Amino acid sequence: MNDQDQPLMQMTDIHIEGYSDERWHPIIKGVDLQLRRGQVLGIIGESGAGKSTLGLAAMGFARSGCRFTQGQVVFDGTDLLTLKESQRRKLWGTRIAYVAQSAAAAFNPAHRLIDQTIESATRSQLRPESESRQDAIELYESLHLPDPANIGERYPHQVSGGQLQRVMTAMAMSSRPDLIIFDEPTTALDVTTQVEVLAAMREIVDKYHTAAIYITHDLSVVAQMADEIKVLRYGEEVEQAETRSMLSSPKEKYTKSLWSVRSLEKPESRSNDIVLALKDIDAAYGKTQVLHGINIELPRGKTVAVVGESGSGKSTAARVVTGLLPQSQGTVMFNGDVLPPALKDRTPDQLRRIQMIYQMADTAMNPRQTVENIIARPLEFFHDMKGLEKEKRLLELLSMIELDESFLDRYPAELSGGQKQRICIARALAAEPDVIICDEVTSALDQIVQEGILKLLLRLQEEFGISYLFITHDIATVKAISDEIVVMYQGKVVEQGLKSQILSPPHPEYTELLLSSVPEMDPDWLTGLLASRDGRAGA
Amino acid sequence: MHPVLVTIVKRLLLGVVTLFVVSAIIFSSISLLPGDFGEAVLGQAATEDTVAAFRKELGLDKPAPARYLDWVKAVAKGDLGTSFSGRSASGQDRSRSVAEMIAPRLKNTLFLASVTALIAVPLALFLGLTAALYRNSWYDRSVNVTTLTTISMPEFFVAYVLILIFASLWKVFPSLATVDIDMAMGERLNRIALPAITLTLVIVAHMMRMTRAAIINLLASPYIEMARLKGASRSEVILKHALPNAWAPIATVIAFNLAYLVVGVVVVEVVFVYPGIGQLMVDSVSSRDIPVVQACALIFAGTYILLNLIADVIGIVTNPRLLHPR
Repeated sequence: MNDQDQPLMQMTDIHIEGYSDERWHPIIKGVDLQLRRGQVLGIIGESGAGKSTLGLAAMGFARSGCRFTQGQVVFDGTDLLTLKESQRRKLWGTRIAYVAQSAAAAFNPAHRLIDQTIESATRSQLRPESESRQDAIELYESLHLPDPANIGERYPHQVSGGQLQRVMTAMAMSSRPDLIIFDEPTTALDVTTQVEVLAAMREIVDKYHTAAIYITHDLSVVAQMADEIKVLRYGEEVEQAETRSMLSSPKEKYTKSLWSVRSLEKPESRSNDIVLALKDIDAAYGKTQVLHGINIELPRGKTVAVVGESGSGKSTAARVVTGLLPQSQGTVMFNGDVLPPALKDRTPDQLRRIQMIYQMADTAMNPRQTVENIIARPLEFFHDMKGLEKEKRLLELLSMIELDESFLDRYPAELSGGQKQRICIARALAAEPDVIICDEVTSALDQIVQEGILKLLLRLQEEFGISYLFITHDIATVKAISDEIVVMYQGKVVEQGLKSQILSPPHPEYTELLLSSVPEMDPDWLTGLLASRDGRAGA
Repeated sequence: MHPVLVTIVKRLLLGVVTLFVVSAIIFSSISLLPGDFGEAVLGQAATEDTVAAFRKELGLDKPAPARYLDWVKAVAKGDLGTSFSGRSASGQDRSRSVAEMIAPRLKNTLFLASVTALIAVPLALFLGLTAALYRNSWYDRSVNVTTLTTISMPEFFVAYVLILIFASLWKVFPSLATVDIDMAMGERLNRIALPAITLTLVIVAHMMRMTRAAIINLLASPYIEMARLKGASRSEVILKHALPNAWAPIATVIAFNLAYLVVGVVVVEVVFVYPGIGQLMVDSVSSRDIPVVQACALIFAGTYILLNLIADVIGIVTNPRLLHPR
């Protein structure tokens, strides 16, 4: 028995470099990290801060194209970096386990879940295989997976994302490791699913007194999980403190700015001038009906946020409006006229007046075209602009999205995530639309960048009176941008109303579940929520 | 019925349809061949009447669509027809049935193809997997260079080099691969050793490189990183985590090369004087023996379709998404 004061993990002065553009760039610049047995440390930061790299470094692992240049990773008295890879490998999966971000991609599609769950335990001959199987079933049960005795016989594609994430936690726990690294384990999940997964992970980590490093970009999530929080930026530590004091009184300016994003809120206003209306819309992919008689109204110059979990039909509704998926029943009214269901039957003017911005700005732009080509295309196509007139308009559009003319001859690959999304906004604006459909446009962005994009969209709405149909699953974004809210669930509209009405009780059952599942910046939020849900279930 | 069975039955039906289309193409392209059997046999001195009578006897006077339908009907009943050769202007008929002519040749071809496949496929898989395992090492590079060299050389050249080395310099194997039915197995294997090695050298590179590429392509997947972080060794990562997901592309390339062993080996047959179906077809084309040419072409097409079907089925049964639907 080692004495309990000695840290389980002691990382000192870690430097890691990554190879790109034919030279080595620093990714982690001298970070220290200490972890006691049973302690949960949260690491938070924006994308590119080096969170995942640091998490993997705790296993003595560097991704291909990365290398340690300095530092020590002392795990239970041994510096992992001085071991041979074959020796490190003996620790992986048995004493240090990893839970990856996207469970759907991290499970091997060719093997049954239970075989993958017990793989490490079987390899290390921790116990007989039959015992490991029995143990896996018990883990599934304690992680509240449905039908724990048989779910392991399934293949990864046969279970949902939330269930896979819990199976992955069982997989990490199978060898009873001393340390688990959770790398954004709930980022890909809906809020309603996230709550269950968070609760299950916290419960099992407590039960076996396992130490954990919990990596996320979501403050309110880390607040539920961690004893201490470390803030990371540009590969360096900003500050580290105990969770409650970090939340109540962050010291550094950068940390405070992370905290402030969620406070953005637009005052709502009402309008009866309806620019776009979906009336009793049914829609189907092949034989699978996805939308069941939905009604949505979008007032002119306002924002209607469409919220719901994945599979609720939000994006399908957008596809119906754009004409990409003609509805099977019902009508779409636009500026008082019936809009032809199919894209090919619409006039160029109708096409121009409805524009779309996508979640992944990356894939929505042709990587072989310059910014100038991308934005000029709608100018030529819809407005027949040429020469000087076009040049002038291009510069106007760039200034609207707060970029300058130096961006004109850049390619998408030379832009940051936020800049790419701004170019997509400019492209939509170039058509001079009445309505812009925004499909999760801020979901792939960091919080500070999100704030910039949301402010830009609000300003453009004020200046040009554009109406937004804003699809999102993030309630903070909804508060920031919307006048009205539509709640969707399983292809139906649960309710539509002003923001203040929808967000204040009483709620229909599903709205209640959705709203209560949104994590809050209070470390006791999850505990309180679970207690109140249990109480209601027991009553 | 299990959805996979449904898919397989659908593919089979599609294969039959393809075979029909191919039969039409074969028939029409043979009709386009210049010259005709009547003139080829009777010589230029024959009178027009004689030629016409001869053509009538063979059924060549009927319009092409009618001949095509007759042929298809007969083949559907399992009758490949009667060879044109063996007939002469004198009215003597020593012609043989096409099936009788093809059967021994086809057996020989299949024998050579199977022996080659038994050597080449395991060899290619082994080289491909080990090259992926030790990628970018000297081993990987030398395997790549060697197999690329052998595939880049014309097969007759490979064949003559092998004859030079293994039949002239060291008398290990015979240079002629003449075989007949009465020959003992050991002797037959000895006779076909050189053609089998030649064909192996020709087809191994393609299969080996696809195996290597299919595996390496998967090594960037998140589940491979996960397998490593669960402590799997390099060989475990490749055999247990990558290979099961790589069968579909590998099977396609193997099927393609096995089909080549049946339909594309005429050059090797000629070099080693091996009595296979390729030589038979070439001889029949030069003597305008249309029924034999058609039958050979149909067998070749059938081989391609069947092997590709098998590759598709392997692709399906190794994909759990198709084998175990939600």
